[in-house]
Amino acid sequence: MCLAIPGKVLDTTEDNGSRSGRVEFGGTVRTVCLDFVPEAQAGDYVVVHVGFAISRVDREEAERTFEALEAMGLLEAELPPPDDGTPGGAA
Amino acid sequence: MKYLDEYRDARIAHALAAEIRERATRRWVLMEICGGQTHTIMRYGLDELLPTEVELVHGPGCPVCVTPLETIDRALQLAARPDVTLVSYGDMLRVPGSGSGSDLLNAKARGADVRVVYSPLEALKIARANPARKVVFIAIGFETTAPANAMAVWQAHRDGLANFFVLASHVLVPPAIELLLQAPDNRVQGFIAPGHVCAVMGYRQYEDLVRDFRVPIVVGGFEPVDLLEAILMLVKQLEAGEAKLENQYVRAVSRPGNLHAQEIIERIFEVADQKWRGIGEIPRSGLHIRAEFAAHDAEKVFGMAEFHVQESPECISTQVLKGLKKPTDCPAFAARCTPENPLGAPMVSSEGACAAYYRYRRHKVLV
Repeated sequence: MCLAIPGKVLDTTEDNGSRSGRVEFGGTVRTVCLDFVPEAQAGDYVVVHVGFAISRVDREEAERTFEALEAMGLLEAELPPPDDGTPGGAA
Repeated sequence: MKYLDEYRDARIAHALAAEIRERATRRWVLMEICGGQTHTIMRYGLDELLPTEVELVHGPGCPVCVTPLETIDRALQLAARPDVTLVSYGDMLRVPGSGSGSDLLNAKARGADVRVVYSPLEALKIARANPARKVVFIAIGFETTAPANAMAVWQAHRDGLANFFVLASHVLVPPAIELLLQAPDNRVQGFIAPGHVCAVMGYRQYEDLVRDFRVPIVVGGFEPVDLLEAILMLVKQLEAGEAKLENQYVRAVSRPGNLHAQEIIERIFEVADQKWRGIGEIPRSGLHIRAEFAAHDAEKVFGMAEFHVQESPECISTQVLKGLKKPTDCPAFAARCTPENPLGAPMVSSEGACAAYYRYRRHKVLV
């Protein structure tokens, strides 16, 4: 129920005091209510739950976190594989 | 998809799992509250990547699972009325009521006008298009869903949509965590707070829990890398003897949360005591529709009888929802209780712990 997925805002429109937008999720486009994220503009990513955007993705935070995580993954790739039988290990 | 694929990167997941293995020197019991996170853990086998020191137990964060049996029975009672169109999120359709073989899917098969929607705005559309029908939307959910359901009530009120009603069963996460922490048999030493609940509400209430109970809480996202990172953050805190609130899901969650969403929740709902299926009544753990909007409150409008209902005596969902038992500890699991014929709600919802184990783990139990 609390599943929410990130999608890219393609455009926004105003109708009867409510703001909505077309949002793309990996090729699928849906109309989403943007009333809770008035700051969201075309090109932004929003997190969508039951037809409502509940959060605008903070791009800088996402990139910073991801770079840190990726550095960790790359570092690991240079180490010998785990030998304890865990998935992905050499065992 | 951007902001999804990179958080499913196997390389990074394995690196995080390796660091968790390195850091964990003692046994730690962690709970993810949200059923969506339980589902990710089972689907990607994250529990199997973890060292034996780190045990994940699954929390009560499945709104379908904790919706009181009485609410299901009320929905069935409403669906039986010839003038009512009952509108629901899909997960609710197979949840058994107290009568034998009673669920909304069966009611629909018997001719009741039951419809499934993805969004409460679709329920409003059905009401606008069918002015002669009484359209009742079963509004369930945690704080994540509350603003959307509140918006439906608000728009019906604003537009004078007299044939739109809401059967509400809304629950709040922090009082449930508090209840778990107060229980004498509590085993949980660290919590992953539900990222999308916090996207709406922020995480100030969780800071209070951290302080009052000296328990580490990390706000976590929903992808495998998110969850492993949140687990690592908890293990680091526990190993260092710390209890802090940290936010792993920074790309979607801020400390104050979404003030616009909170405003509409506050406008439509008030905090009230709430019964949780399988757990019982928790003080101030629900959202009830304010008297000002009673014209759209199905409980008020349809004057439904009080139900006294009994759960299946074999179902151990009470212990499962509190993280005291795993679904596989239940003798009925995958035998007398399956998603097709569920004894209890956690086997129904895709977010229920029993359904997640059934889907991803039953081969291990049955061999």
